[in-house]
Amino acid sequence: MQRHEVTLTVNGRTSTVSVEPRKLLVDVLREDLGLSGAHIGCEHGVCGTCTVLRDGRSIRSCTTFAVQVDGAEIRTVEGLADGAELHPLQDEFWDKQGLQCGFCTPGMLMRACEIVEQKPDVSREEVREGIASNLCRCTGYQFITDAVCAAAARMHSGSSETSGAQA
Amino acid sequence: MKPPPFQYAAPTSVAEAVELLAAHADDDARTLAGGQSLVPLMNFRLAQPGYLVDLGRIEELTRIRTDGDTLVIGAMVRQSDAEHAPEVALRAPLLAEALGYVAHPPVRNSGTVGGSIAHADPAAELPAVALALDAELVVVGPQGTRTVRAADFFVGPFATAIEAGEILTEVRFPRRDGGQSFVEFARTHGNFALVGVASVIETDGATIARASIAMSGVAPVPVRATAAEETLAGSAPDDASIRAAVDAAVAGLSPSGDAHGSAETRTDIARSYLRRGIELALTRAQDRR
Repeated sequence: MQRHEVTLTVNGRTSTVSVEPRKLLVDVLREDLGLSGAHIGCEHGVCGTCTVLRDGRSIRSCTTFAVQVDGAEIRTVEGLADGAELHPLQDEFWDKQGLQCGFCTPGMLMRACEIVEQKPDVSREEVREGIASNLCRCTGYQFITDAVCAAAARMHSGSSETSGAQA
Repeated sequence: MKPPPFQYAAPTSVAEAVELLAAHADDDARTLAGGQSLVPLMNFRLAQPGYLVDLGRIEELTRIRTDGDTLVIGAMVRQSDAEHAPEVALRAPLLAEALGYVAHPPVRNSGTVGGSIAHADPAAELPAVALALDAELVVVGPQGTRTVRAADFFVGPFATAIEAGEILTEVRFPRRDGGQSFVEFARTHGNFALVGVASVIETDGATIARASIAMSGVAPVPVRATAAEETLAGSAPDDASIRAAVDAAVAGLSPSGDAHGSAETRTDIARSYLRRGIELALTRAQDRR
C-alpha cells in the first residue's frame, strides 16, 4: 500500500512521518510520535477523549486521517504544561477533582482549552454547554465545570493584570 | 476497528478531483470532505472505498461569497465557519441557527456544509435547511457543471442526485425575506434529531404572504410541509391559522418508528415542533417589520 509523508507540528515540534492513508491522526500521535495523551474511545467521534487542537480548534483525532492534516499545527494534552508548571486548567482539574478515572481528561482538557481561549470571560452556562461534546462517566460534569470556570477566571484575571502592569 | 487500506490523493482543483474520480472509478473512488460521517463509517468498515479523493486542499471550495442576492457557500466551508460568518447571519439566519444543532463544535470544526448535504442523512439538519430555502446545489462532473434544485436533490436515505464521478461544489441560497427559524428535538443535545423543522415565513401587513417549511427525521428524505405552507399563505398570523397549518402538515406524515422513537411519538413531536418553529419564524417576521 502506498505511503504518504505527513509533516505535523505537534506542541511546537515539527516531525515528518511516513504513513498509510488509512492511519488516523490519533494513532500517529500515539504510535509514531509517542504521545499517548490523546485516548481512543469510541472511534466514531462521539466520546471526545481523542480531542486535540488543529490550528487552535478542537477536532476528533479518531475521525481524522493523518494525511488530512498534513502541514497543520496540532496541540495535545502533553503541550499544556510549561515544564513542571501545570496549565491553570490542569491545576484546577486537580484542585477541584475534575477527574476520577482520567480516561476523558486529555480530551476534556483540550476542549476546555479551546473554550477558555476563544472566550476568556466564558460563563458557567457556556462551559456546561461547551463540554457537552465530551463524555465523562465518572464525575457527573459538576467538578469539571467548576475546574474550567476557576481556570478561566484565573487566566482572565492573570491576563488583565499583565496588561495593567504594562500600561 | 480501523479502516481497511485505501489509496489517497489530495488534489488542489475541482478539475483534478473530477479526473481522479474518473480514473479510479473501478476502485470505488469516493470524495472525502470533512470526514465526520465517512471516517466513522470507514472505522466500522461499513464503508470500504478503495480510493479517496480528499477535497480538503481545494481552496476554491472554501469560500463564502455573495452573487447578487444569492448567498453562495463553497462545499468545503467548515460548518463552524459558516455558523459564525456574518454573511450567513445576515442572509440565511436559518442556516446559522441549524448549524448550532449539528453534532458538537469539535465535529463542526471539521465537518463541512457540502459534506453534510451530500451525505443526505434523513435526520440531518442541513438538508432540511437547503429544502426550506429552495437552495440550488452545484455539481461538477466529467460532463461539466449542472445545478440541481434542493427539491430534486434528495432522492432517498443517504442518496442524492449526485451521479458517480460528480462532486458537489457549491450550495446557493437565494435571498428570502421574513422570519426564519430552525427547531429540533433530540434525545440529548448533539445527537441525531428525531424531528427537525426549518421554517421561513414572510408577512405582508396583516396576513402571512408566504411560508416555506421543511422537516427532517419524519421520512426517508427531508420533506416540505406543503399542506401547511398552503394553509398559512394568505391567512391571518394568529393561533387558529397556525393550528390549522400544523394539523394539515401532520395529516400528511407517516414517519417510521425505530428504537429511538415510535411512529406515534415522532408524529407527536412533529406536531409540537412544527408549532414552535412556525411561531418562532412568525414572531421574527413581525419583529423585522
